[in-house]
Amino acid sequence: MIYALCFVLILIGLYGVLVRRNIVKIIISLLVMEYGIHLFLVLQSFRPGGVPPIVEPGSETAVWMKQSVDPLPQALVLTSIVIGLGVLALMVALSIRLYERYGTFDISKIRKLKG
Amino acid sequence: MIVKTVCGWMKAFILLYGIHIILYGHLTPGGGFAGGVIAASAFVLIMLAEGEAVGLKTFSRKAASTWDSVGVLSFLVMAGLGLLLAGTFFVNFWTTDESAHFTLFSSGIIPVCNIGIGLKVCSSLYLVFVVLTAMHLALKPGNKGENS
Amino acid sequence: MTEILIALIVLMIIGALVAIETSNLLYSVISIGAVGFLLSIVFLFLSAPDLAITQMAVEVITLVILLRAIAGSGREAVSDRRSIFGTVVTVAMVLILAGFSVRMFADFPEFGQPVTDRFADAPSNMYLREGLEKTGAANIVTAVLLDFRAYDTLGEATVLFCAVVGALSILRRKTKKQPDEPDEENEP
Repeated sequence: MIYALCFVLILIGLYGVLVRRNIVKIIISLLVMEYGIHLFLVLQSFRPGGVPPIVEPGSETAVWMKQSVDPLPQALVLTSIVIGLGVLALMVALSIRLYERYGTFDISKIRKLKG
Repeated sequence: MIVKTVCGWMKAFILLYGIHIILYGHLTPGGGFAGGVIAASAFVLIMLAEGEAVGLKTFSRKAASTWDSVGVLSFLVMAGLGLLLAGTFFVNFWTTDESAHFTLFSSGIIPVCNIGIGLKVCSSLYLVFVVLTAMHLALKPGNKGENS
Repeated sequence: MTEILIALIVLMIIGALVAIETSNLLYSVISIGAVGFLLSIVFLFLSAPDLAITQMAVEVITLVILLRAIAGSGREAVSDRRSIFGTVVTVAMVLILAGFSVRMFADFPEFGQPVTDRFADAPSNMYLREGLEKTGAANIVTAVLLDFRAYDTLGEATVLFCAVVGALSILRRKTKKQPDEPDEENEP
């Protein structure tokens, strides 16, 4: 089923966050988790044979309402995509600072050094 | 040389496409967020293709942070005007009648809010890119920067 | 239609596995770019054109920022040794989560029946039915974002502003070359 595949994507991202030691790999795994969550939300709104939720001039409301997909999860995911970009910028800024100070991306070494 | 020439042609199209998506956000797919990101990528393209000096001369840091604040403040002002003029916070106080559906000036405060959000997203992403790449970072270990 | 979606999602899973497992950071960034573009195509097949445009543009900027993050360092992540205990515990926890999810997904509604079909008084029905008259916007997603649920958009603008301010203040540097700066402030 499609929901199970989408959940597999989220679990792969979770595995990457917990196991990897390189900060850039952790950031990339967080991105994978984000893609999985957005996909899961948009899959809730799908209808086979559905049209996008944009009104054409000259169409009847009652007929079109039964055919279009759900607009509410799409609005929520649209906000979330742009927020994800802002948070990515913050994470990359932090990782650049850490590299300049400790000389490595490895989080186990960063824990051991005292600055 | 090829990169600079092609980027010289493309940057106007990309910026124009971004502005079109922002302005027609209430009629076709798009809106403030998507259009803002596309417009930011036009400025990022200028900075990548022609170097840091030309890019900063096109859209300097001070100008970017000014437009950022203008975008957010205009969004807030439209929300507050809803409170002043019609009693409820953030209500659409500028409703038009039936004949103006599907045209550009149709749906009240939605295009104005779209423009505010588009300005904000474009300036923010350009500012983040400038600070990440173009401020003389020497990414060598041990370079702690000049502040604490 | 469902088969195309399943094929694309399987490709995304393969791309994500490559991005996480490979030891060269540049290959990881390229793979995550591929996953993002495939997600944009999946959004297009799911009848969400706003999301497809936004995801594609955001993916381009994400790739540029990630390439900046790995630019100065050595590209091979030589420091990626793993501890056996940590890996085994994580894999066990992930498998337990997957086992619970099988039970959860058995109770889910069928794929292809949105909330508007199952409940007649869902909010989305009201948005679709009265969106054009109440707001005058033809794009119902924009009408939902900026008129029916405008507080969410206000919160989103605030979060984006704070994230950018945070990133700027982390990367701030004072410039050193001010030859006529008085030296008295360095003395106690």
